[in-house]
Amino acid sequence: MAELKLPVSEESIRNLEVGDFLELSGRMITGRDAAHKWLMEDFREDVAPYLKDSVIYHCGPVVNQKDDGSWEFVAAGPTTSIREEPYQADVIARYGLRGVIGKGGMADRTLTGLGRSGAVYLHAIGGAAQVLARAIPRVEKVFMLDEFGVPEALWVIDVERFPVVVTMDSHGGSLHKVVENGSKTKFDELLGRKG
Amino acid sequence: MFEKIDLKETFTELVRRASTELPGEVVEAIRAGRNVEDEGSLAQKALDTILTNIEMAGDSSAPLCQDTGTPVVWIKYPVGVSTRRLEEDFTEAVRRATELKYLRPNAVDTLSGRNTGDGTGRAIPFIHFEEWDGPGLEVRMILKGGGSENVGAQYKLPDTGLEAGRDLEGVRRVVLDAVVQAQGKGCAPGVLAICIGGDRVSSFEHSKEQLLRSLGDTNPVPELAELEERLLVEANELGIGPMGFGGKTTVLGVKIGFLDRIPACYFVTITYMCWADRRAIVQIDEEGGLTWLS
Ligand code: SF4
Repeated sequence: MAELKLPVSEESIRNLEVGDFLELSGRMITGRDAAHKWLMEDFREDVAPYLKDSVIYHCGPVVNQKDDGSWEFVAAGPTTSIREEPYQADVIARYGLRGVIGKGGMADRTLTGLGRSGAVYLHAIGGAAQVLARAIPRVEKVFMLDEFGVPEALWVIDVERFPVVVTMDSHGGSLHKVVENGSKTKFDELLGRKG
Repeated sequence: MFEKIDLKETFTELVRRASTELPGEVVEAIRAGRNVEDEGSLAQKALDTILTNIEMAGDSSAPLCQDTGTPVVWIKYPVGVSTRRLEEDFTEAVRRATELKYLRPNAVDTLSGRNTGDGTGRAIPFIHFEEWDGPGLEVRMILKGGGSENVGAQYKLPDTGLEAGRDLEGVRRVVLDAVVQAQGKGCAPGVLAICIGGDRVSSFEHSKEQLLRSLGDTNPVPELAELEERLLVEANELGIGPMGFGGKTTVLGVKIGFLDRIPACYFVTITYMCWADRRAIVQIDEEGGLTWLS
């Protein structure tokens, strides 16, 4: 299995293909519904450096504040990505993101955007809250905590060997499409509708 | 009756068990799936990660998944027990379990959009009561995750598009359709909990009740037992696999119940339960003695 260090170059990202299993290390940022909308309303200068050449993680974590005021992620599995479909391709292009982590995959608009900007969709293991929380040893910073609340805030996190699978690449490949088409063919066969 | 027994404490422990430990046979089914997947495949890696996650959650008594779901509860009680008190005690237990971080504050006021903060809300927890002849209480609960709840489906037969008539073959066809529609989005591999018949409400309720059955049990109705077997094999032939990565393990179990219906309606309801198939059961006798089942 390959390790991928963040931040990452466009070239390394373009070398990735659907089906690659990766372990990510380095700095990334979380963001979901409110964050995506906010990132598109205006160019957010202060957050931009954390997005450039890194990835955004669709995650609404359970977070604990320690006695010294620092934060830790207690549970941190991926949330369903498709809700960000209207924004994702534009957020990637505007901030120079190299990838998105979530679950369930995304649709054609994002797939086209991945090809145009040189980025990938990375699928985390849904529900694996404990494994993924432990792959996040450090919380560096948080944006928009008061405005958006814990699950929707943008958390800058350090990850170590965070496991993901490339399910949409920058060459138009989508594992979701392949699996869905395969299952539909088999379904027709089981129903005696073709063949 | 039961006045001297601290039910809140027992209920809190029930919630803790449900949120942090999976029933043994569910873990076994995930492990069996892992072993039939191709060596080194994405499917196998996904199941390995899930198995590691289950171990970590058990060891540290932490939630298996950050979405701790909707607590859905079935309580059997003897004649003369106040169901209002049982409901208050269970709701308080959900508050405590949330405070103790066995549950995430998971209830949102639908109109204001605000999180209620304590894990409880309108119909959360959702409790069903049934009076029985036994002297004690039996409390059964599931934690129903949202990602998988979103891919549940209710069909009405006949369904022309799927060429599904009002018989078990029709049921088979719509259930397979539901699995294809869900792909990996319900955090596959999942459990299909199905009700045939009933009205729209009772059908969903009874389908959820199927999740209280052990994965390894055999349906007492022979034709349903046969259909469960067949659907398990066929759903796994679809090749969707864990998380929709492709593979042989899409469904861990199929459980089918039925209710009667009125002539005009023939519903088939499929509740999709994710791999985090969280369930806990306890029996409480009149002295407060506990028997934990799952
Ligand atoms: S579907 Fe289940 S396993 Fe997946 S995130 Fe929701 S509760 Fe967790």
